[in-house]
Amino acid sequence: MAVYSVRRQVTMTILAWIVGLAIFFPILWMVLTSFKTELDAFSTPPQFLFFHWTLENYAEVQERSHYFHHALNSIILSFGSTLVALLFAIPAAWGMAFSPTKRTRSTLLWMLSTKMMPPVGVLVPIYLIFRDLGMLDSRFGLIMVLFLGNLPIVVWMLYTYFKEIPRDILEAARMDGATIGKEIIYILAPMAIPGIASTVLLNVILAWNEAFWTLNLTTSEAAPLTTFIASYSSPEGLFWAKLSAASTLAIAPIMVLGWFSQKQLVRGLTFGAVK
Amino acid sequence: MKKTLGTLAGVAAIALSAHASAETTLTIATVNNGDMIRMQKLTDDFTSKNPDIKLNWVTLEENVLRQKVTTDIATKGGQFDVLTIGTYEVPIWAKKGWLVPLDKLEADATYDAGDIMPAIRTAVSYDKKLYAAPFYGESSMIMYRTDLFKKAGLTMPEKPTWDFIRDAAAKITDKAHETYGICLRGKAGWGENIALITTVANAFGARWFNEEWKPEFDGPEWKNALSFYVDMMKNSGPPGASANGFNENLALFNAGKCGMWIDATVAASFVTNPKDSKVAADVGFAHAPCEVTCKGANWLWAWNLAIPAGSQKTEAAEKFIGWATSKDYLALVASKEGWANVPPGTRTSLYENADYLTAAPFALPTLDAINSADPVDSTAKPKPYVGVQFAAIPEFQGIGTTVGQQFSAALAGSSTVDQALEQAQQSTLREMTKAGYIK
Amino acid sequence: MATRQSTFLGRILAAPSILVLFLWMIVPLGMTIWFSLLRYNLLDPGNESFIGALNYEYFLTDPAFFTALGNTLLLVGSVLLITIVGGILVALLMDQPIFGQGVVRLFIIAPFFVMPTVSALVWKNLLMHPVSGLFAWIATSLGFQPVDWFSNAPLFSVILIVAWQWLPFAALILLTALQSLDGEQKEAAQMDGVGPFSFFFYIVLPHLARAITVVILIETIFLLSVFAEIFVTTGGGPGLATTNIAFLVYAQALLQYDVGGASAGGIVAVVLANIVAAFMVRLIGKNLEA
Repeated sequence: MAVYSVRRQVTMTILAWIVGLAIFFPILWMVLTSFKTELDAFSTPPQFLFFHWTLENYAEVQERSHYFHHALNSIILSFGSTLVALLFAIPAAWGMAFSPTKRTRSTLLWMLSTKMMPPVGVLVPIYLIFRDLGMLDSRFGLIMVLFLGNLPIVVWMLYTYFKEIPRDILEAARMDGATIGKEIIYILAPMAIPGIASTVLLNVILAWNEAFWTLNLTTSEAAPLTTFIASYSSPEGLFWAKLSAASTLAIAPIMVLGWFSQKQLVRGLTFGAVK
Repeated sequence: MKKTLGTLAGVAAIALSAHASAETTLTIATVNNGDMIRMQKLTDDFTSKNPDIKLNWVTLEENVLRQKVTTDIATKGGQFDVLTIGTYEVPIWAKKGWLVPLDKLEADATYDAGDIMPAIRTAVSYDKKLYAAPFYGESSMIMYRTDLFKKAGLTMPEKPTWDFIRDAAAKITDKAHETYGICLRGKAGWGENIALITTVANAFGARWFNEEWKPEFDGPEWKNALSFYVDMMKNSGPPGASANGFNENLALFNAGKCGMWIDATVAASFVTNPKDSKVAADVGFAHAPCEVTCKGANWLWAWNLAIPAGSQKTEAAEKFIGWATSKDYLALVASKEGWANVPPGTRTSLYENADYLTAAPFALPTLDAINSADPVDSTAKPKPYVGVQFAAIPEFQGIGTTVGQQFSAALAGSSTVDQALEQAQQSTLREMTKAGYIK
Repeated sequence: MATRQSTFLGRILAAPSILVLFLWMIVPLGMTIWFSLLRYNLLDPGNESFIGALNYEYFLTDPAFFTALGNTLLLVGSVLLITIVGGILVALLMDQPIFGQGVVRLFIIAPFFVMPTVSALVWKNLLMHPVSGLFAWIATSLGFQPVDWFSNAPLFSVILIVAWQWLPFAALILLTALQSLDGEQKEAAQMDGVGPFSFFFYIVLPHLARAITVVILIETIFLLSVFAEIFVTTGGGPGLATTNIAFLVYAQALLQYDVGGASAGGIVAVVLANIVAAFMVRLIGKNLEA
C-alpha cells in the first residue's frame, strides 16, 4: 500500500509538473526573451538558455518610460475601484442574501448582463460624458468606470458568500439586540473575510488587466500600465525583446501579489459553488 | 521597502509639481516608432532652449494612437496639444477645420518650408496651406539579397517589372532551407495588406474607384493584380503569409529567410543595421516593381506633427513643431546618434548632404522612391480620390479593412480570387452607397 | 421567512448598487439607442440626421453579420469546452498529493495575470509563427511540416490563445470545489469498490456541477467581447474567419467612425447577449439556486 502510494505520488508529481510547466511556458519564454537582443529573440533555432544575456531592454524601458508612475496608477486604479465596489456591494449583497425578494435573482442576472455590451459600442457616449464632466485622464473618472464595470461581479460573488452564512447565527444576534451595523461588523464580516479577500483579489486582477477604458480615457496623468504596454507593442521595427521586458515589468506586481495571496484566492474563489 | 516608498513619494512629488508651476505644458501624442522615440530622448535640447515650455509625451502604438487621437479631435476633447498623424488624416482633417494651419512656419525663412520634399509637402497641404509638418516620410521599394541574387545568376534591373520579380522569386526559393523568394504583407488591414496590394494593383492599371465613386473590383485589372499576387505568394512566399504584416516580414528578412521584400523605405535602416539583421551586409535596393504602368507602383506616407484647432497653446505648439521638423533637428540627431539614424524622407537638403549619403546606403533609392510617388496622379485611369495606397476619404479605413480581410482569405486559400473580388465589390458598393457617394 | 421590515431594509441596502448600475447602463444605453437612429459619423460632426432604423438594417443585412455571430458562438462555446474539460483535468491532478504543489499551482495560475494584447503577441510571434516560432521549430526537428496556424486554422488559433488565458480561472474554481468533496465520501466509495471512473462520473462530476455553472456564466460574459486577441493576430481575417461581433462593432466604431452604425451594432450585441443570458439561465439556472 505504502509503496503503491509513493509510486503514485511520484507519477502524479511528474505529470503535474509537466502540465504546470506547459501552461507556464509562454510566460517563461516571454521572460527569457526579455533578456535577449532583438536579433536573438527571433533567431531560429530558438535559443533556450545559452544566448547572450543582456539587460539592455530593461535599461531602454527605464530610460523611455516612467514605469513607477504607471505602476502607481495601476495600483491606485485597481485597488481604488475594488474598494469603492466593496462599499456599494457589501450592503447590496447583504440585502439580497438575507432578505431576498422574488426579483433578487433576476436583478443579479440583470447586473451581470450590463457587462455584456462590447465597450467599443458605447465609447463615444462615454467619451462625451467624460469630456463634459472634465473627467478625461483623471484617476477619479477611471476609478468610476472600473468600479462600475466590476460591481456586478463583486455583488454576485459577495452574495454567494453571504448566503452560505447560517441564518441562525444572525437570528441569535438579533435576539440579543444587535443592530444591523454591529451585525455586519462583528458577525458577518469575520465569517465573510475569506470570501471578501478573494473577491478583492479577483477584481484587482480584472481591473489591472482592463485595457479598453484605461487606454481610451487616459493620456498621461492617470495612465496605468496598459498604456505603458501600448507604447512598446508593434512599432515599426523589431520589438519583441523590448515588449517582453515591458510586459514582464507590467505583470510582475500583480503576479507577485497573486502568488503571495494564492491561498486566499483559491480558498475564496468558490462563487458559492461549494456547499 | 524604504527605497520603494521614497520612489513613490518622488513620483507623487513630480506629479504634483507639474500642477504647481505656471509654465506651458504641451501634451504630445506620438506613435512609438524609432524616430519618435529618439525625439523623445532629445527633449532636453528643446526645453533648454525654451525653459517656459514643458513636454509631456504620450507614446502609443499606431492603432491605439489613431483611435484615441481621432476620438479626441472629433469630440473636441482637447487632450492633446500636438498630434502625430499620417498623410491619410491630414487632408481629411484639414478640410473639416480641425487643424491649425502652420502659416508662421511656412513663412519662416530659417525653417525653410521650401526644403520639404514636394511630394510630401503636397500630401500634408490642403488648399495650398501647410496643415502639418512632416517628421519622417517613406515610400516603398524593393529590398533584396544581393548574395542570393548572385548565387542564382540574377541581376536586379533598375526598374524591374512584377513579371521579373515573380520569376526571380521562384528561382531563389529553396523551401528545404527555409529561403523564400519573396515576402509581402498579407495580414488584413487598411494599413497592412491593402497598402501593398493597392500598389500592385496600381501597377497593373487598376484603381479603387472610378470617377463616379463606384468600386472597380469587378474589372480585369484587379483580377490580374490579385491573382498575380496570390499565385506568386503561394509559389515563392513564406508559410503563414496571410498573417504577416510589416514587422513579421522584417523579422523574416532580418533572419535571412526572404530573397526579396517590398515594403516601406524606412525598413532599409533596420535591414542594414548589423545589430538587428543577420543579412545587413547583403542587402540591395531597387525601385518598386512596375507592370503596365509605373504610376502608383510605390506608396507615399509620412508621419506628421499637427496642432488641433481650438488648442490654447498654439504658439508653444508651433515652436515645438518648428524644432522637431527643422534642419537643426536633423543635425542634432546626427551629432548624437549618427547620420544613419536621422529621420528620413522629409527634406531635400538631407539628400544633398554628403555625410548622410555616405552613412546611409539606402538614401538615394529612398529619395528616388519618394520623388516618384504622386498622391494625386497615381493610377493609369483617372480617379476621384487623393492617395496612392489609400483613398483619403473618411470611409476608407473601414472599407480597406473589410477588403483586406477578403484578400487575406484569398491568400490563405480559404476563398478564391474571384470570390474575394466579388465580395470586396459587394461590400465596398454597400458602404459607398450608405455613405452617400453613390446616389 | 423574511419579515416585512427586513425586506424593506434589504431593498434599501441594495438600492445604491442597483441605482448606480442602472444609471451606468441607462445613460450610455439611452444615448446609444438615440445615436443608433442617426446618421452620425464621428468624422462629420454637425451633420447628424435622423434616419430611423437604417443603421440596424445595414448592420443586420451585412453579410459579415451572420458569420460574425457564428464565430462568436463558436469561440465562446469552444473556449468554454476546453477550459472546463481542461480545468477539470488540471484540478484533478492538483488535488493529488504531489511534491511542490505550491509551485505548480503558481505556474498554473500565471496566464490569468497576462494582459490579452501581450499574450496574443507572444503566442503569435514567438510560439505559433510558421517560420520562426517555437512550435514550427519543434515540428521541423521532429521531421514534420510546421503548422501554418493563422492561415489554416485561424479561429482555432484564436480559441487556443483565449483558452490558455482562461484555463487557470476554470481550474482554480473547479479545484476549490473538488477540495470540498468530503473525504469520508471518498473513503466510503473506495470501500465499496467503486472504480475510479464511476467514482468520477457519479460522485465527483455532480459535485462540480455548480462550479461548472459559475465558470460558464463568468467566462461567457468576458468571452462575448473578446477583441484584442483577434485584432493582434489576424485582424479578423483571413476572410471573415475570425471576425466576431465585437470586432465587427469595433470596425464600425473605430475604423469607419460610424457612430450610428456602431451604436446599432452595440444594441444588437446587447440584445444577443441577453438572449444568450436567458438561454443560459434556463439551462443552468437551477444550479444557481441554493
